[in-house]
Amino acid sequence: MTIGVIDYGMGNIFSIVKKLQQFFVDTVVITRPAEMRMADKLVLPGVGHFGKAVAHLKTMGIYDDINDAALVKKKPVLGICLGMQLMAERGEEGNAEGFGWFSGTNVRFRVSNAARYKVPQIGWNQLSRCRDSRILAHVGDADEFYFLHAYHLDAAVHGHVICTTRYDYEFPSGIERDNIAGVQFHPEKSHRAGEKVLKNFIDF
Amino acid sequence: MFRPRVIPVLLLHEGHLVKSVGFKGYRYIGDPLNAVRIFNELEADELIFLDIDAARNRSVIAPDLVRSIGEEASMPFAVGGGISQLTQIAQLLSNGAERVIIGSAAAIRPAFIEEASSEFGSSTITVCIDVKKDFFGRERVWVQNGRTATGRNPVEFAELMEASGAGEIILQSIKRDGSMNGYDYDLIKKVASAVSIPVVALGGAGNMEHLKHAFANAYANAVAAGSMFVYCDTNRGVLINYPSKDEIRFEISA
Repeated sequence: MTIGVIDYGMGNIFSIVKKLQQFFVDTVVITRPAEMRMADKLVLPGVGHFGKAVAHLKTMGIYDDINDAALVKKKPVLGICLGMQLMAERGEEGNAEGFGWFSGTNVRFRVSNAARYKVPQIGWNQLSRCRDSRILAHVGDADEFYFLHAYHLDAAVHGHVICTTRYDYEFPSGIERDNIAGVQFHPEKSHRAGEKVLKNFIDF
Repeated sequence: MFRPRVIPVLLLHEGHLVKSVGFKGYRYIGDPLNAVRIFNELEADELIFLDIDAARNRSVIAPDLVRSIGEEASMPFAVGGGISQLTQIAQLLSNGAERVIIGSAAAIRPAFIEEASSEFGSSTITVCIDVKKDFFGRERVWVQNGRTATGRNPVEFAELMEASGAGEIILQSIKRDGSMNGYDYDLIKKVASAVSIPVVALGGAGNMEHLKHAFANAYANAVAAGSMFVYCDTNRGVLINYPSKDEIRFEISA
């Protein structure tokens, strides 16, 4: 099995590739459409601007291939941080359309207590599980994950939301539907708790 | 619950770790990669690496070392020291750093932060503000490892950095560096209240109460320290250490 990590110029992919390799998984860094078929599973990472991310994926010519891999070929896809946000319908930042695999829009944090809750959220936080999930198997309430984001998913329909996280208020921090999963936190930077999530994806 | 980051700050000098007092009197601590392995085991929240000679020597923190750190670290880490060009940022990020820390170049040419944040995104750009009082007792921003005064007021400079697109500010008290007798809480509170981006307190932490106070009372969003995590006690025997999660589960009240 080979996991493809999509490198579309939004944040570094070094840590995620390194972490997957620690589990003796074959990895391929995908920068061109031709490389898509080498991957049995896909990781869509990313930190940064929603609108720019969509534009980059389209310019690279892999936007449609990712859609096809997820929806037609049913390859397992894991979105991390911005990668998760791209799976939703829209992003407020750059007012762009996402893949639309999940309902909802990504909005900027609207904190009521700006002195205490700085934006972006940078730090460690926990998950409140909403329902059973494969990507979060063996993850406990006490487990902490590393978050770094100014925007979050705002889902009107919570059917596919697997967990929420509280930062001033609760927001969806994980989504899952059939072969597709997304997490707002960074499993590759979250010590042993994060390794559980990556192992779950390897077993997906 | 959200838990603020507790961040060991590791100073690099000619490829090894040192610790200073008041930005002077460097003492050898050990090997950086060995320290990363220990902090992995201790599950530290994040690490900061600063090359203290780079800005003065017009060099930059060694990308090869950053890559080695990236290969070892199982937590996010930020690196700084002499960064003044976009190409340097690109290289350090692709070598595994989560964020880059810009100090001297930000104070000398604030437009650099605008360029860097629009190229790499705000969340990857941290500005380090080193503060010390000037001859007249006014708090001012200093650069080049505390050697050169800029005349800038730290609160106004922090606001300018936020407006320029910085994603985070590390606020360091030069006088309290290595003192282990507590942060400059007034300064932290002034700056943290003036900006809506996270402010990381640095300089003076010696015990858990200092960390807690900076977070709970001075509105620091994260707390960083050097001496506290490399010395076993105030007698300064070298021992890399890190508190347990229960000790640092400070929560936001009201």
